[in-house]
Amino acid sequence: MAKQISVFLENKSGRLAHVTRVLGDAGINIRALSIADTSDFGILRLIVNDPVNAYKILKEAGFTVSETEVIAVRMPDTPGGLAYVLDQMSDENLNIEYLYAFLGMSGSDALVIFKVEDIKQARIAFKNKGIQFLEEQELYKL
Amino acid sequence: MLYWDQEKECMPREELEKLQLRRLKETVNRVYTFVPAYRAKMDEAGVKPQDIKSLADLKYLPFLTKQDFRDNYPFGLLAVPMRDVVRIQSSSGTTGKPTVAGYTQNDIETWAELMARCMTTAGATRDSVIQITWGYGLFTGGLGGHYGAEKIGAAVLPASGGNTKRQVQLMHDYGVTMLGCTPSYALVIYEEFQRMGLKRSDFKFKSGIFGAEPWSENMRKEIETKWEIDAHDVYGMTELVGPGVAIDCDYKQGLHVAEDHFIAEIIDPDTGEVLPEGSHGELVITSLTKEALPIIRYRTRDLTSINYEKCDCGRTHGRIKKILGRSDDMLIIRGVNVFPSMVESILLQIPGIEPQYQLIVERKNNLDRLEVQVEVSESVFSDEVRKMEELEARISRELNSGLGIAVKVRLVEPSSIERSEGKAKRIIDNRKI
Repeated sequence: MAKQISVFLENKSGRLAHVTRVLGDAGINIRALSIADTSDFGILRLIVNDPVNAYKILKEAGFTVSETEVIAVRMPDTPGGLAYVLDQMSDENLNIEYLYAFLGMSGSDALVIFKVEDIKQARIAFKNKGIQFLEEQELYKL
Repeated sequence: MLYWDQEKECMPREELEKLQLRRLKETVNRVYTFVPAYRAKMDEAGVKPQDIKSLADLKYLPFLTKQDFRDNYPFGLLAVPMRDVVRIQSSSGTTGKPTVAGYTQNDIETWAELMARCMTTAGATRDSVIQITWGYGLFTGGLGGHYGAEKIGAAVLPASGGNTKRQVQLMHDYGVTMLGCTPSYALVIYEEFQRMGLKRSDFKFKSGIFGAEPWSENMRKEIETKWEIDAHDVYGMTELVGPGVAIDCDYKQGLHVAEDHFIAEIIDPDTGEVLPEGSHGELVITSLTKEALPIIRYRTRDLTSINYEKCDCGRTHGRIKKILGRSDDMLIIRGVNVFPSMVESILLQIPGIEPQYQLIVERKNNLDRLEVQVEVSESVFSDEVRKMEELEARISRELNSGLGIAVKVRLVEPSSIERSEGKAKRIIDNRKI
């Protein structure tokens, strides 16, 4: 499990630059990110090395921020690696809200961040299927 | 129940009307004699001061409008020589020439009396510490509130506008019990207080006297709930005297007009006809005690209705309904009348929506489009696009059905809508008409 920082952004030039600058100035490193957008606004999702601080700093800078529980799944960085995980999740009837890839690597494995409807159910399912996921502190240390 | 002047505020109506008639006759005589512009208007309408025999005869007198102020700029409407004027206040003049008001020493005294009455109704006593954040200067808010508070014997903090952080610090450190400001600024100060991480229990803040811009009943609830205070609505304008013309009592069933100093009428804004009690129309005010700038039948452009029933608070003075907008603030979009306060009222019924909003009107291909920008607070923010789109659609649906026109909703970042220390800027009209 991991904490994702979600930030509301207007679709205006310079907003993303501003968020990343605020984090950079505070010495916070971005480890994974994705942006979901509409024509008017975007939602920036971030995995950082220090989510508690990132949340505080962004809030102080005046952004609308929230913390979201996500799960970081480890899978072999080979063709079909993600497909295998998704098939298993489908078998277990796990609903995925969204997913995105982690920037770094964990040895020879790839990491994918999942936001699922029911995180407890997902943990149990992953354990049953032998799919590896990272605990919070492991992820931030990568 | 606190009264400042119980005898006047609770005067039996019969007696009150006698007093009004006596003062009205004096005022009409005075303007006819000393203000050439009034004399010309009355002559043109074929009315002489002696034609005013009863309060009902008021309707024969011609209206005074903002245009008359412009035509007689700056001092043409004064009924006293400049040597008797001790103060000049004026409006900002954003819609043309500023409106200028002169005051004699007695007028200043009357105004302080009126504001003392309003502030007492809102809970002020000698023990109060009152912070005035209305601007001090030509604008009537600051000095009006100041003199009223002093009259009561309260401790007044002449903070004037600006520097929100300092305002919060003053409230906190000096044990401020009452605030006089615009309703929107009361919420700006609240946001700042939250940011500063201070404890509400360290404040002595109990009630507020808010005015100088139209605000909805839901906005009142918002301020009262957030701050845990009693919020009162004070009414007035530069032309009339400044703030102090009317205020709502603890029952909040309309604003009591100080009828020993003013006569209120409701007219049909199109025909000028006086409407019966309870009808909705334009508020017209006549002053009864002003010396330097007496006003006869001034068309305020404010839309409301009046109720003369005795209030549960014991006051006999008629109550005007909370004013939701001045006809100047009204937007006409595809033939539908829209007041910013209507938008505010609808937004505040949606849980989690903050009253920080702005209306942007554009004209594209001869079609007016209204966009309402709403700030996204943490309580409504979701990391899922679908949920945010649902929120947008919900706001849009509520506005469509409440206003009767299609509205485009745009979610914007917090604090991206300009915060005002004075009157909130709610409308950006980009139509080139």
